[in-house]
Amino acid sequence: MLLQSNHLLIKRFAFTLCLWPIFSICFHILNNNLGANPVEFIVRHFGKWSLIFLCLTLSMSPLRRFTKITQWILYRRMLGLFVFFYTTVHLFCYIGIDYHFDWVEIKNDIVEHRFVLVGFLGWVLLIPLALTSSEKMIRRLKANWKKLHRLIYVIAILGALHFIWLVKKDITEPFIYILIILILLLCRIKISKTNLKNKKLV
Amino acid sequence: MRKIKSIPSSAITPEFIFHERREFIKKLGLGSISLSILSSKSLLALSTIPSFTQAKDSLNQKLTSYKDITTYNNYYEFGTSKSDPYEHAENLNIDPWSIQVIGAVNKPFTMSIDELVKLAPLEERIYSLRCVEGWSMVIPWIGIPLNALLKRASITNNAKFVEFISLKRPSEMVGQKDNILDWPYREGLRIDEAMHPLTILAVGLYGKVLPKQNGAPLRLVVPWKYGFKSIKAITQIKMVEKIPLTTWVKANPKEYGFYSNVNPSVDHLRWTQATERRIGESLLSPRLKTQMFNGYANEVAHLYQGMDLNRNF
Repeated sequence: MLLQSNHLLIKRFAFTLCLWPIFSICFHILNNNLGANPVEFIVRHFGKWSLIFLCLTLSMSPLRRFTKITQWILYRRMLGLFVFFYTTVHLFCYIGIDYHFDWVEIKNDIVEHRFVLVGFLGWVLLIPLALTSSEKMIRRLKANWKKLHRLIYVIAILGALHFIWLVKKDITEPFIYILIILILLLCRIKISKTNLKNKKLV
Repeated sequence: MRKIKSIPSSAITPEFIFHERREFIKKLGLGSISLSILSSKSLLALSTIPSFTQAKDSLNQKLTSYKDITTYNNYYEFGTSKSDPYEHAENLNIDPWSIQVIGAVNKPFTMSIDELVKLAPLEERIYSLRCVEGWSMVIPWIGIPLNALLKRASITNNAKFVEFISLKRPSEMVGQKDNILDWPYREGLRIDEAMHPLTILAVGLYGKVLPKQNGAPLRLVVPWKYGFKSIKAITQIKMVEKIPLTTWVKANPKEYGFYSNVNPSVDHLRWTQATERRIGESLLSPRLKTQMFNGYANEVAHLYQGMDLNRNF
């Protein structure tokens, strides 16, 4: 009982923490601190936080493995939904604030610029994951659910490409994200290999 | 669907600039005194430019604020973030400075900034600056036409292009410690582009001596080309026979061409060139439609007659 209420408390606390990007952007807006290019500032703010939450989501199962604490996995869905939330805000800022719903220009931008295209693709692939995140859907899809949700690895790579293709020359920052994502993906290859070994032993 | 607004023609000059201008008019009234100040004290030691001809504002667009012009810059010599130049350019020592004019010229020379500004009367030019990344500003530059300098050197018939070379001094230009680009920064123009009256060498903006983050003490301004063509902190100007290899072309020839004329119909691999975001506008303002040759088609389109601008991007 005590553990469960603790868990609920931690989860609420974590949820509030996950709203930090919203708080911080409001703070910047209220202080008129968005710089010379406020539209770019806001779009990139949510883009960056989308990548951060993507990395956080991907780090839950390796954390469970390395710390031998199973509780990490309880936060994975919430973090994953925040990835969808922030990428959606990022996309809507781009569509609404930057392009003022000029669908022709938006279509051209997506079709003609590979960095926009991969970013958009990543968001599209997130939709089925968000839609099938409920307990009910997990039960209904059974083994397929796990297969479907492996899409997150593709999405992570698309997200990293989205950033690296945006940058003109200095790729230090996107490189850090790519490195983190690759490490997190490599952890999994190791896991599945040990899984295979275990199976063979059995 | 909402249409993208074209550049508003009715935008008004901000009030403080209006007052600033009145000040300049007063100063102009004291022309003889101003000139003596100019001759006694180095321009680089001053904060405001004592005497110049005001622009006949042909753009009729709202000027970008001094703050935005001086805090949002692409100047990789000081770092790749937009705020880096503002934060790190202070350490650059620009006084004394000399400009070498060499190559296919009859009279090569080296001169100081103070000698340079006497080659022609200083003029204010209000130009729009369009960055290849899809943003733009309206900047009141002060400078002299580049052709005044080239005429002084008396270029030979062999000169077909002009190569501009910037400063390499990693001890003061901290961004040069990383080999992001091949330092020093190099740019180039065809002779007719260089001789065009719109092409200027700027030594100031907003009536002030050029801030270091904007390319002090001397930078090129070619308003119909993407911003990276307008090389900053120029040390050498060389007349050459063959097309010079410029920094961004060397870094990425697929994305950056020698000409780099603003052209909404030739797209860049990363950014749309059809529209642009005007710096300093509110969060709610729409993007503007980018104009052919950045709005200077009447003045410069004839330079490129018969050229395939899709290939010569």
